[in-house]
Amino acid sequence: MYIAATTAILITMSLALARALLGPTVFDRVLAVNMFGTKTVLLLSVIAFLYGRPDFLDLALAYALINFIGVLAVLKFVQDYRVRHGATDIEH
Amino acid sequence: MMELLLDIASWFLLIIGGAFVFIGGVGALRMPDFYTRMHAASLTDTLGTILVLTGIILQAGLTLATIKLVAIMVFLLLTSPTAAYALANAARLSGLAPERELSNEKRP
Repeated sequence: MYIAATTAILITMSLALARALLGPTVFDRVLAVNMFGTKTVLLLSVIAFLYGRPDFLDLALAYALINFIGVLAVLKFVQDYRVRHGATDIEH
Repeated sequence: MMELLLDIASWFLLIIGGAFVFIGGVGALRMPDFYTRMHAASLTDTLGTILVLTGIILQAGLTLATIKLVAIMVFLLLTSPTAAYALANAARLSGLAPERELSNEKRP
């Protein structure tokens, strides 16, 4: 059953990557990267039990925190960039 | 007997969680609008996280791994809706308008 969950999470990660590459606006890309990060945490947790290595849970815990801070930092950067450059288009 | 029940429950949760995660991925790829894509991605993120991590917790039993998994789940449940809110807020402030439903005579 770990295999089924791992497969579903991996397929979802590839779909999120496709959205990150396709996404017309910068917010689509940030959304896809955020989703990719959450799925990475889930994948690490499942793999820790699939291979019987509970050390991976520490990596998942650290990644959950880093992912959140990273998404907020990217959003802050996008907003500041748009204010500084007076950008009116959202196609990036 | 108890072991078998726990196994069945955790397999059920893992499979349902995997299905939710997959549905969220398909929705994030195929929905027509940014806000609908965010709806699909963020909601299934939260529910898929709860289901998959609860399924693993049932397999782990009362060990140190359970504490770590609960910590991961608490962090994800706090941060995932916050990130979705910040993302929608930033998109709305930057002028990305949601697609409105057109009436019949205006529909191209």
